[in-house]
Amino acid sequence: MIRVVLPAHLRALARVNGEVELDVAGQVTQRSVLDALEGRYPVLRGTIRDYGNGRRRAFVRFFACERDLSHEQPDAPLPEAVATGAEPYLIVGAMAGG
Amino acid sequence: MSGVRVLVGTRKGAFVLSSDGRREHWDVSGPHFAGWEIYHVKGSPAEPDRLFASQSNGWFGQVIQRSDDGGATWEPVGNKFSYEGEPGTHQWYDGTPHPWEFARVWHLEPSLDDPDTVYAGVEDAGLFRSADGGQSWQELSALRCHPSAPSWQPGAGGMCLHTIILDPRAPGRMFAAISAAGAFRSDDAGETWRPVNRGLRSEGIPDADAEVGHCVHRLAMHPARPDVLYMQKHWDVMRSDDSGESWHEISGNLPTDFGFPIDVHAHDPDTVYVVPIKSDSEHFPPDGKLRVYRSRTGGDDWEALTRGLPQENCYVNVLRDAMAVDSLDSCGVYFGTTGGQVYASADAGDTWEPIVRDLPAVLSVEVQTLP
Repeated sequence: MIRVVLPAHLRALARVNGEVELDVAGQVTQRSVLDALEGRYPVLRGTIRDYGNGRRRAFVRFFACERDLSHEQPDAPLPEAVATGAEPYLIVGAMAGG
Repeated sequence: MSGVRVLVGTRKGAFVLSSDGRREHWDVSGPHFAGWEIYHVKGSPAEPDRLFASQSNGWFGQVIQRSDDGGATWEPVGNKFSYEGEPGTHQWYDGTPHPWEFARVWHLEPSLDDPDTVYAGVEDAGLFRSADGGQSWQELSALRCHPSAPSWQPGAGGMCLHTIILDPRAPGRMFAAISAAGAFRSDDAGETWRPVNRGLRSEGIPDADAEVGHCVHRLAMHPARPDVLYMQKHWDVMRSDDSGESWHEISGNLPTDFGFPIDVHAHDPDTVYVVPIKSDSEHFPPDGKLRVYRSRTGGDDWEALTRGLPQENCYVNVLRDAMAVDSLDSCGVYFGTTGGQVYASADAGDTWEPIVRDLPAVLSVEVQTLP
């Protein structure tokens, strides 16, 4: 079970409270987690990754295990603690004004 | 008894303001989509309880919301706006080529007769259409593929397609306006387009009366006289009597002819409203006085409407999509400000009152007149 923490705006959009728990088939990577997340909540398509090129939107960051994974390869394995559910995968809106 | 619903988009959410036909007491619902920029909310003329809202922000991009119960509940619909083919480049602010990039939906224009059909004007300038209530969007790419498009450049707010007008008398005829490319017309439902900017003159472009390159801020049409168009340009208030084939200036005695919105009285095609703004760098009313100007003669002769509006120390702006009219017997006129006020006049502009005073900055105002 993968635990995902969404930023408040995306929790509201997906109508979820607290963490999202996902079953991810195969290797646990950023791409497979985000694919599973968007499969469960289609309304999130286009809000985290750009529709056109599939890349992380500029003001979205990915953290886990106290590390910034935003610039890791999307198909690189996530840390074991995320794959086992011991630690959550954090999707974060960049700390910019607004 | 008839009623009015005012749909307000702001920098931090949408609000729905409702009243009966007297327009004296208002219910305020919202913020809907709190924290998001709501560039526009508009209802279907064919099915007034169907509303579409453009929700976006810099972090998470574009969402389109739809309500089928007049704004009480909402469901997200499709948000995939993909330009057709290789979108190419337009001019950047410094004149260099810049790739076409989708940023947001500025304006939603529901079909006049089909509640499932809606048009979206987007930044970078493009026109999209949905025929399934907003679930999926297809670009009407002929506009963006016009031969002049590589020369289009953004206005200060971005290269936005902000105005879509559907001609009620000529099926297939539609107008679109782009900052800073100008006005365009299609006579075949968007299959082909041509610029309709003859008569416009703009400083700040190499050829002041060029076919394209004008920063058109807003177009308005009265449905009973669709050949007449009014335009608030970056500078100059303009009028066309031949569906955009030619334009002439009607700024007349306005204190300044810079501004953003322009609208037409619901029952008199010759009565027009603008909100003069001091200049392109000083986006506030002249002399700190918020004045709507009304012409009853189709332009040139303008009177200031001030009763109920602040006449000192007022330095708000009124954005291009933030004025609308209702169609009750005594035409109501509404506008919202960047200071968060929404003002209403139930007597065609003679007197004004704020419906709300302290919303986030208002981006858009639309009005529905309900049976």
